[in-house]
Amino acid sequence: MANRLKVEDVNIYYGAFKAVEGVTLTFEPRSVTAFIGPSGCGKSTVLRTLNRMHEVIPGGRVEGSITLAGQNLYAAEVDPVAVRRTVGMVFQRPNPFPTMTIFDNVVAGLRLNGLRNKSELADAAERSLRGANLWNEVKDRLNKPGAGLSGGQQQRLCIARAIAVEPQVLLMDEPCSALDPISTQAIEDLIEELKTDYMIVIVTHNLQQAARVSDQTAFFNLAATGQPGKLVEVGPTPRIFEHPVHESTEAYVSGRFG
Amino acid sequence: MSATSAAETAEARGTPLSRLVAARRAAYRADVVTDDPPQLTRGSASRRLTDQVARVVMWASFGLAMVPLVWILGTVVARGYELLLASSWWTLSQRNINAADVGGGAVHAIQGTLIQAAVTAAISVPLGIFTAIYLVEYGRGRLARAVSFMVDILSGVPSIVAALFVYAVWVTTFGFQRIGFAVCLSLVLLMIPVVVRSTEEMLKLVPNGLREGSYALGVPKWITITRIVLPTAFSGIVTGVMLGLARVMGETAPLLILGPYTKSIATNLFDGYMPTLPTMINQDRTEIGLDSAMERMWAAALTLILIVLALNLVGRWAARRSSVRR
Repeated sequence: MANRLKVEDVNIYYGAFKAVEGVTLTFEPRSVTAFIGPSGCGKSTVLRTLNRMHEVIPGGRVEGSITLAGQNLYAAEVDPVAVRRTVGMVFQRPNPFPTMTIFDNVVAGLRLNGLRNKSELADAAERSLRGANLWNEVKDRLNKPGAGLSGGQQQRLCIARAIAVEPQVLLMDEPCSALDPISTQAIEDLIEELKTDYMIVIVTHNLQQAARVSDQTAFFNLAATGQPGKLVEVGPTPRIFEHPVHESTEAYVSGRFG
Repeated sequence: MSATSAAETAEARGTPLSRLVAARRAAYRADVVTDDPPQLTRGSASRRLTDQVARVVMWASFGLAMVPLVWILGTVVARGYELLLASSWWTLSQRNINAADVGGGAVHAIQGTLIQAAVTAAISVPLGIFTAIYLVEYGRGRLARAVSFMVDILSGVPSIVAALFVYAVWVTTFGFQRIGFAVCLSLVLLMIPVVVRSTEEMLKLVPNGLREGSYALGVPKWITITRIVLPTAFSGIVTGVMLGLARVMGETAPLLILGPYTKSIATNLFDGYMPTLPTMINQDRTEIGLDSAMERMWAAALTLILIVLALNLVGRWAARRSSVRR
């Protein structure tokens, strides 16, 4: 399919430190890819290069190519701001904007990019909140502060905010690690639904979650602290969990380390 | 692979949770369960003594710190309130009133103080906030360190030095008159570091997750700063500005050097001397032995305190109206 996201021979640095080395990966549209691996192995770093968020950290840079639909996201003429509009992101800790109401939070991406039309904003807000399975819970209090919601609701609010700008790809950096099991369930159901419209890449420390939600799983590891992280193996999720090729993958998915 | 290691592997494959639970149980049995009765009494005598001593020292320090505060406020209110009750205090100046006379008001000084504070704030608040934004959001490397260092130095400059610097430039070098605007310039020097430092602290308190959340929506950096970061830090920034304003409104040295007192209303920043509350206080202070002057001095001091208080209340109200929603 045309709108593939391809990562080829990518090395990622923070200043002089090589954080990740030699990653090659392909993401299919309308599929969920899970990144698993021990802490510090570079999962989140790789995820953040997919929408150039790692550049926010001083010294962050990338070698190699990352292409979406054949277009290099790191070409000189590409605007990182535009990349982030196409490749949205949800973070580990829910981060609704504290000065804004629920409604303002959802349409923040549209409004801050210049959309003023009230009915369009209202439509987008309802569509996104329905998309994030939050509409029924908040439709009567759209003017209440976003920070007043529960943790799980806040995270769905952030997902609604991310899909309001209609990205093609949705990156999720451990979206459930700060949530209770019920909210986690809600997010996982949501991922299943969002899959029909978006390409989703999720970083998770929860192996069962990776097994439940993803079509493809990528296992990252690092030889030792201070060494760059590497992509050990990637493949369809059932194969990675049942017949991993590498010993370290086997050890990790069976819970022997990490 | 030997038989034992295979068995170990099989056991290790049990779910992580079940292994954890088993390990905790074993530890509990071994270490925690004893037949001794639990220790539920209060700590030892020495520990209780330490607690008492710490408590007494803490309360005593608090009481000691409150003494001068209450004393000053009490004195100023007690000696100054009477003149403030007369409407003439707020409407008349001291024009044609001798030091020994009673009557007249402080409106000339109040106006001067408010005008100078407003102009000082109008110059130093934008400069200070933009500098803080640069330091927190953009500044990297040598330039940022240099700016930060300069702000540190500026905040350590005594007010008399700032005043003499402006005098040297304004009067000695350029040959201009001593006017209200020159006072404002020296007050700006004193206010900028306060605004920069407090705004900087407030911006640093804004969680990075909010900036990243905004960037991830494809929002450019400058819009992220103006629409997400600044509103989130707004109440803190206002508080900092108010602190800076309170400091410069009570400042006296620059006024004595650059803005001598007059008894008449003078609202032109660019022509003639401009009276202010601190210079009025100072003027009446020199009239030793005159009860009328002493009374005016205390009244002017109380007026200054009330103006700073009112500004703080307005600031708090503004900060509460448009800030983080809970």
